[in-house]
Amino acid sequence: MLIGVAAAILIVMMLALIRAFIGPTLYDRILAVNMFGTKTVLLIAVLGFLTARPDFLDIALAYALINFISIIGVLRFFEYNRPNFTDGNHD
Amino acid sequence: MRHSISLSLLLAVFWLLNSGYYTPLLLFLGAVSVALVMFISHRMDMVDHESQPLHLTLRIPGYWLWLLKAIILANVDVVYRIWRGNSSISPTRFVLKASQRTDIVKVIYANSITLTPGTVAIDLEGDTITVHALTRKAVEELKSGVMERRVNLLEL
Amino acid sequence: MEIMIDLLLNIGSGILLILGGFFCVSGGVGLLRFPDFYTRMHAAGVTDTLGAGLILVGLMLQSTHLIVLLKLILVLLFALLTGPAASHALAKAAMHGNLKPLLYRDKSTR
Repeated sequence: MLIGVAAAILIVMMLALIRAFIGPTLYDRILAVNMFGTKTVLLIAVLGFLTARPDFLDIALAYALINFISIIGVLRFFEYNRPNFTDGNHD
Repeated sequence: MRHSISLSLLLAVFWLLNSGYYTPLLLFLGAVSVALVMFISHRMDMVDHESQPLHLTLRIPGYWLWLLKAIILANVDVVYRIWRGNSSISPTRFVLKASQRTDIVKVIYANSITLTPGTVAIDLEGDTITVHALTRKAVEELKSGVMERRVNLLEL
Repeated sequence: MEIMIDLLLNIGSGILLILGGFFCVSGGVGLLRFPDFYTRMHAAGVTDTLGAGLILVGLMLQSTHLIVLLKLILVLLFALLTGPAASHALAKAAMHGNLKPLLYRDKSTR
């Protein structure tokens, strides 16, 4: 059961990576990376149970916080310094 | 004062939960950390009724239960539309009135809108919330004010 | 008696884990399938709320120590508290970046 869930999470992470690669806008990529991060937290938790080492949960907790802070940080950066390499339907 | 007590209790519980070791040295380090965080948050002037909404303590669990039900229903609807394809969605952006008196309940309302899949609060300015919804059905549901009435119960 | 409870917990946890996996995959498919950024955000919301919630509750039913259970609750709380904050910040940044949402009315008049 746990292996199946881990596989499902890996599939979702792959789908998120595809979205991060094809974009087309900057925000799509950030959204995909955010989703990749939250799924990583889940994967770490599931792997902790799979290998019977619940201490993995501490890493999951730390990763959840790092992911949130980094997404907010990246958004702050792009809200105030908009670089000219963004693509998609900006005007 | 009671906000400071509640924040330090919360931080202490957080430390004890995450550490799992209860030796004198580590408990001492925990106490130092709690004191340091308390000092910093007092300097940032953020220990008040908004970061520690104690007046909501009794009413919030009931609201969470109601919100859980709303989240599950919204999730099922969105998943159904994901598998049905793009012809089943009708994305809409609209402005919603937030009639709440206090800022914190307004923020709870906007966050609840974002937390239920299918609707995202894009902007909250004054007493209007800009919402993006996946379907017309979600728009009607928000405009019917079921969630608003439930949130307003927190304010009584 | 104890074996019965163990069995029930295992079955319950298995069902929750499978459901959670299904919701997560659905969200991932929606992320690829939906037509524009704002609609994709709703698909990401599915994996962040019910997908993560079901998997974590499923793990909770399998936990043997109290501290593991409490830490899983903490992870779930973090996911539910930071999720809306992140998606709101993302939507706001996109709107201030002049990213126009694809609206239903546009499609019918085109």
